[in-house]
Amino acid sequence: MALELVKRPSPSRLFAALSPFIAFALTLLAGALLFKIQGVPPLAGLYTYFVEPLTETWSLHELAIKAAPLILIAVGLAVCFLSNNWNIGAEGQFILGGIFGSALPVLYPELSNNTTLPVMLLMGAAGGALFGLIPAFLKVKFNANEILTSLMLVYVAQLLLDWLVRGPWRNPAGFGFPQTRAFDELARLPAIDNMAGRAHWGIAFALIAALALWWLLRSTRSGFEIRVIGASPRAGAFAGFSSKRLTLFAFALSGGLAGLAGIVEVSGTIGQLQPSISPGYGFTAIIVAFLGRLNPAGIVAAGTVLALTYLGGEAAQMSLGLSDKAVRVFQGLLLFFVLATDTLIHYQLRRSGDTHGA
Amino acid sequence: MPSDTQPPLLELEKLRKAFPGTLANDDVDLVINPGEIHALLGENGAGKSTLVKMIYGVLRPDAGAIRWHGESVDLPNPRAARRRGIGMVFQHFSLFEALSAAENIALSLDDAPPMDTLTQRARELSERYGLPLDPHAMVGDLSVGERQRIEIVRCLLQEPELLILDEPTSVLTPQEAEQLFKTLEQLRADGKSILYISHRLQEVQRLCDNATVLRGGKVVGHCKPAEESAASLATLMVGSELPEVAHEEALESGAVLLDVRALTRPAATPFAVALQDVYLQGRSGRILGIAGVAGNGQGELFEVLSGEVLTEQPLCIKMRNKAIGNLGINERRKLGAAFVPEERLGHGAVPNMSLIDNALLSRHRSDGGELVGITGRVKRGKLRKLAARIVESMDVRCSGTEQPAGALSGGNLQKYIIARELDRKPKVLVVNQPTWGVDAGAALRIRNALVQLARDGSAVVVISQDLEELLQISDDVSVMHDGKLSFPMPVAEANPENIGLLMGGSEANAGGNA
Amino acid sequence: MEHELIVNVLLTIATASTPLLIAAMGELVVERSGVLNLGVEGMMVIGAVCGFGGAALSGNPWVGVLAGISGGVLASLLFGVLTLSIATNQVATGLSLTLLGLGLSGLLGESFVGQAGVKLSAVDMGPLTEIPYVGRFLFGQDPIFYLSLLLVACVSWFLFRTRAGLVLRAVGDSHDSAHALGLSVVKIRYAAVAFGGACAGLAGAHLSLVYTTQWVENMTAGRGWIALALVVFASWRPWRVLAGAYLFGGVTIGQLHAQAFGVAVPSQLLSALPYLATIVVLVLISRNKRLTILNTPACLGRPFVPNR
Repeated sequence: MALELVKRPSPSRLFAALSPFIAFALTLLAGALLFKIQGVPPLAGLYTYFVEPLTETWSLHELAIKAAPLILIAVGLAVCFLSNNWNIGAEGQFILGGIFGSALPVLYPELSNNTTLPVMLLMGAAGGALFGLIPAFLKVKFNANEILTSLMLVYVAQLLLDWLVRGPWRNPAGFGFPQTRAFDELARLPAIDNMAGRAHWGIAFALIAALALWWLLRSTRSGFEIRVIGASPRAGAFAGFSSKRLTLFAFALSGGLAGLAGIVEVSGTIGQLQPSISPGYGFTAIIVAFLGRLNPAGIVAAGTVLALTYLGGEAAQMSLGLSDKAVRVFQGLLLFFVLATDTLIHYQLRRSGDTHGA
Repeated sequence: MPSDTQPPLLELEKLRKAFPGTLANDDVDLVINPGEIHALLGENGAGKSTLVKMIYGVLRPDAGAIRWHGESVDLPNPRAARRRGIGMVFQHFSLFEALSAAENIALSLDDAPPMDTLTQRARELSERYGLPLDPHAMVGDLSVGERQRIEIVRCLLQEPELLILDEPTSVLTPQEAEQLFKTLEQLRADGKSILYISHRLQEVQRLCDNATVLRGGKVVGHCKPAEESAASLATLMVGSELPEVAHEEALESGAVLLDVRALTRPAATPFAVALQDVYLQGRSGRILGIAGVAGNGQGELFEVLSGEVLTEQPLCIKMRNKAIGNLGINERRKLGAAFVPEERLGHGAVPNMSLIDNALLSRHRSDGGELVGITGRVKRGKLRKLAARIVESMDVRCSGTEQPAGALSGGNLQKYIIARELDRKPKVLVVNQPTWGVDAGAALRIRNALVQLARDGSAVVVISQDLEELLQISDDVSVMHDGKLSFPMPVAEANPENIGLLMGGSEANAGGNA
Repeated sequence: MEHELIVNVLLTIATASTPLLIAAMGELVVERSGVLNLGVEGMMVIGAVCGFGGAALSGNPWVGVLAGISGGVLASLLFGVLTLSIATNQVATGLSLTLLGLGLSGLLGESFVGQAGVKLSAVDMGPLTEIPYVGRFLFGQDPIFYLSLLLVACVSWFLFRTRAGLVLRAVGDSHDSAHALGLSVVKIRYAAVAFGGACAGLAGAHLSLVYTTQWVENMTAGRGWIALALVVFASWRPWRVLAGAYLFGGVTIGQLHAQAFGVAVPSQLLSALPYLATIVVLVLISRNKRLTILNTPACLGRPFVPNR
């Protein structure tokens, strides 16, 4: 028996709302199977992964710390993906944001004052935006495939960071460890509530960004422009919109947000530069964007879920002895299932042979 | 009388096919005898294409029987149909642009001989039936007429007993069509049967022995076209008698609102046509018709006139005495121009967006601050009212303005798009293929609206492949061929013969120097 | 000996180029059929871990080769089910295959980290390898090297000299026309996607059985993406992929040797060269938009749903 797709006359609203949940349920099912294979009771495994981190205040703070960069980056990526610009180099833009933003406290620690932090955040966003503009420029000017160029730049960014922290930016008083000097208090993004946990103001930036995206898409001509060009470039030209300009805008915006996430992570969570500043946030955010159906409210929810997998992975490693590598598998499966269930929005599945008497 | 000894070649009994939301074929019966040219008549959306796709095995019927030589057959795919002796020439060709003519031919044969033999046989056939072609040419470089010849030769190589042609003349000049008819008559003389799909009555009367007429997916009559009048056939096809387009004499010569001089544009892609030295004038109160076979630069001309593509010399295009060659489409709209592109879905409208959003598509800059505020905020309430007004003005059938544009029928969406532009009362309107694939009722309504706009003092330019349409509504007619535009002639002097010659490229040099 | 060094460099270039060549050759066939599978990196890394595991557990490198190929095929079929059977977005699905592949291989290979692998040794053609200068390069390499060259010749012959190849190109040029003619678009594309998966798997196995004989997480290090770029660079022509792969192999080995010689440039800059070179090459090759349009399979990346 084979299945075949039949296009729905118009997209199904039911499945548009339901598909992320179905995908999540399928992921849980696959996860349970994975636990079973590894000899862990499935329910206990799922509990450790997806419930336990939500039961304590400090771990909710950790959740906010991990959700903040995911949401920030995914908001920008949503604008890219909606307008058919395939930026998959957010990881690199994140790193460049971290580097640019850190220049001030690393190179001029003596200048530290009240404006340090705002300047760092601005520079971080600018660094990410500039780095994001490279593939956009190459696409607009030379027609070069942005998927490949933006991805290649991730490796370049990682190597640049590696060189900086082992070379010119290494802490002279750091016993040769590949790290910059630790930022002083004025260069650190403060915690929201020091008593309760580590969460810093990054999560607020993320929520503001999501809110701004919601407004942009819903009520402005720019949002309309993004949707039109994404749906049909020729209709975009007919509307007088420039897809090249939009490509530059989308990459600059998503690069900027990824860069902001980068410097927020460095100044809020880590406190200095080191060879690796991201556990793959830039790639995981791609999953967040799709799981959130490229819409802001969805992204906030999806960002929280994906942040949960990071925490759950750590918890499961500690209490159940499960490999932390399982996290990436969960995340990958989740994206697969989202894409698969999204098909149901536009198509009905039916058994071939149902309607014609073959 | 069909003899008792010999069953008909093809017999369809109560064939039925439904798509989500529509019943495309409803209990269709049809009989074709050997050596007969049989017409399948019906207007756009009547279900002709669905029916022939079932005969050719592309679609499978939901119910009913197909009998071939009197014997019930199942055609699960085109290969099975070909094996039985059924060949088909598609309306939108099923050719591969990146492959050569010979490779295209080889692909359609289930057991293709070596390339050399194949090329040789294709040559013989093309000579016998007057269908010249170059086997080594890349299909992407060929004209539509040449592509059609490849399709026909490709079918004939399989030695079919039944040849299906879907609207074959819609892409040909009248002279090319005449040549095709000769080929088809030769085939009939050789004992082959032909199922000829068309909505053009004159050619059906000229060519076909019998006809089956479809309307709304149902058979509404079988007849002998030669014994009917064009009017009676039309009534059968459309269901009611349609009034003619009201076309009074135009005002003598109004002001020039759109003035194009010495416009050239290099080809943008490998398969595009370069525009060469185009002159045209759109005058107040008149409709300029631009005829031509598809793919001769009409799309390229439209892009330059609309401003989707800018020209380097601004003076080449003047609108209301202002040089606009380097102004974008919205700047031109602000000067009072409006445009309707050929492609409805994905150009003139975004299929998965609502009619409300689609109202904004061409009007977000042109309507002052009416629809979009200075901050860029879209005024949803006003937009909603606009969409409702557009729907109302042309009687667009839809389940509400929240419906996505892609869910409308071709005719209704075209009415919506045209009404969206007419609602602004443009001083200059450029339309590409106003009634392509649109049902007769909607076409009539659209044509009347275009004539009315011109009579109210606007300049209207209509690009169309439908010569009948142009002769009906234009005041002057020019012909586009290979990127060049002929000198306009008053419609009173135009007829299918002289326009057809220009469409085929002769005397094309006569135009150009106004 | 001067020429000894040159031969050694050439041999390492061949070893570095072979996985790129094989993976790109597979993707070329996939893209010629009109499917864009961005999951090469993921399939390759799965091939690498399966190859290492198969060889280490059985002690036989050829079991590793087969395991690598099977892993690649299975991963590609996952992609196939989504993009071909239920028409998901190919770009997003390919990305998710890469993410899943990197995660899955990390999990599968956890126990292999630091373990010694099994090497697929070079063929031994006795006296032939002792021919001066060319002997070892032509006659003393690993079997996959020879396979990779054979692959180029076979793919080229298949695409342009056989009917099946013509059908594959036709499906990539216009799936609607192909469907109207009665060609089974989806089946043909499944075959192409599986072939691409087999090639990517083999390329991965080469990495963990020949190039290095160990398993390191993310050991493909972007080679799958470079293979994708190579296909564009080669304008979808098999023999140009060969040239491109050796060019990139040359850059990779060149920068390694430069690092070994202690050139006064940061090693990270040298390591970034293959990635930067990819970008430069993409820009140079895509600059001419007309030519790109002419060369690209017209249906590349467009989902196909037959309307029956």
